Amino acid sequence: MIHKFEIDGIKIVLDVNSGAVHVMDSLAWEVVDDFCVLSREDILNKYSQRYPRAEIEEVLDEISGLRADGLLFSDDRYEGEITGKESGFIVKALCLNVSHDCNLRCRYCFAGSGRFGGARSLMPLETGQRAIDFLLENCGGRRRCEIDFFGGEPLMNFETVRSLVSYGRARAERRNKEIKFTLTTNALLLNDEITGFLNRENISVVLSLDGRPAVNDAMRVRAGTGQGSYNLVKPKISAFIESRNNENYFVRGTFTRHNLDFSRDVLHLADLGYRYISVEPVVGPPSEEWALKDEDLPEIFREYESLVREYVRRTHEGRPFEFFHFNLDLNNGPCLPKRLAGCGAGHEYMAVTPEGDLYPCHQFVGMNGFKLGSVWEGVSDSALVNRFREAHIYNKETCRNCWAKFHCGGGCHANAQSANGTILKPYHIGCELEKKRLECAVYFQVLRAGTKERERTLTTYNDNQ
Amino acid sequence: MTKHIKTINKANLQQTVKEGGCGECQASCQSACKTSCTVGNQVCAK
Repeated sequence: MIHKFEIDGIKIVLDVNSGAVHVMDSLAWEVVDDFCVLSREDILNKYSQRYPRAEIEEVLDEISGLRADGLLFSDDRYEGEITGKESGFIVKALCLNVSHDCNLRCRYCFAGSGRFGGARSLMPLETGQRAIDFLLENCGGRRRCEIDFFGGEPLMNFETVRSLVSYGRARAERRNKEIKFTLTTNALLLNDEITGFLNRENISVVLSLDGRPAVNDAMRVRAGTGQGSYNLVKPKISAFIESRNNENYFVRGTFTRHNLDFSRDVLHLADLGYRYISVEPVVGPPSEEWALKDEDLPEIFREYESLVREYVRRTHEGRPFEFFHFNLDLNNGPCLPKRLAGCGAGHEYMAVTPEGDLYPCHQFVGMNGFKLGSVWEGVSDSALVNRFREAHIYNKETCRNCWAKFHCGGGCHANAQSANGTILKPYHIGCELEKKRLECAVYFQVLRAGTKERERTLTTYNDNQ
Repeated sequence: MTKHIKTINKANLQQTVKEGGCGECQASCQSACKTSCTVGNQVCAK
């Protein structure tokens, strides 16, 4: 299987099963479609009116060579062989919802303003400690485990976070393991003490800000007053990032159908000096006025292309930033087993409520029929764990024939469940966005590879400005 | 040296089955996403 796409005149072919990427000239771009369908002679006859025969021969030889090397029209040797049942029960990452409460009332919040449909509550220390023990007891031979402090707003339960980091480090060391901690926060409660702690403990932090002031404040409003949060949050994020030398963080925003020109929000964050940025499509019920619709897709696609052009330009000018969804390492990316496992929700990755209940991920928390067990009793619904483990790309009809399957890993289970009532049918809009982002990411890598096309594109682009 | 096709990377995913699967890499949603699944942009921990 191959996937062809063109951005700004650069013709790119992704060989799906090997992951190899090729840039083709116009002749090869046409011939590659016929290579597996027509005979060599038929291809020569078909194109000899428009191209010299010797050139067609060259193209055919090049394609044949790449095919022999397993870099074009390669087979998927493992389809049907991997069932998802191979690995035993191993949990390597937990999302600890240390606070089911929040000091913001973001209008698109999937957590229902932090409550996840339940009561406002904070995780007691002993529940968090038991969660850490559960992780260490069930991580098998994995040396590295992960804990993300999440909510609601986790800094509303900062003392517990502080104690759990200390507890987790000590317990992990005893077992010769390592826990990597992350914390996702809206930044409202960041102060010198908390900043110092997060920096000393080398905790990766995800800071939420949607972009331009008006865009952020239309969605991210304060509890009680309903006022926008930008003016409070932005200085705190800037100071925090500066305190850690602009490293080990992501500023994360959400775009909705109210800011389909979201590339401006990404660039706004970059212009604030933020280097690591992720701005993601909102997810939620289609009935919400902010939810993305099919008819928005063309405009969103144009935005991603516009963003990648600016991304290229800033990189070329020596003032780069990193956009999470354009990160792609074509030579040292994850292995195939990782790509098949996808996000790992429900088997490798679980979320823990303040009461200690286990759910497949943070987006499933509180949903009927998705409780896996608890940190106290362990997993009680192993059938549900298996459902998630087996919900990989080979078991999803939509994914099996999709060119992006090895890059998205089958999409977000929570989005699939929310949109289609099953984790086996991916969320259509999410898929389309993922594919577009991936094309832009590959395009950026092609330019970075230092091809002739790079100079040509940059020249063309700069001439057009 | 090919004239019509420039290959950008020669990594072969299929071969990573033999040496991969250690599971030491970061869980996707623990990084920056939390609402969308992207696996291909994660980093191999080996």
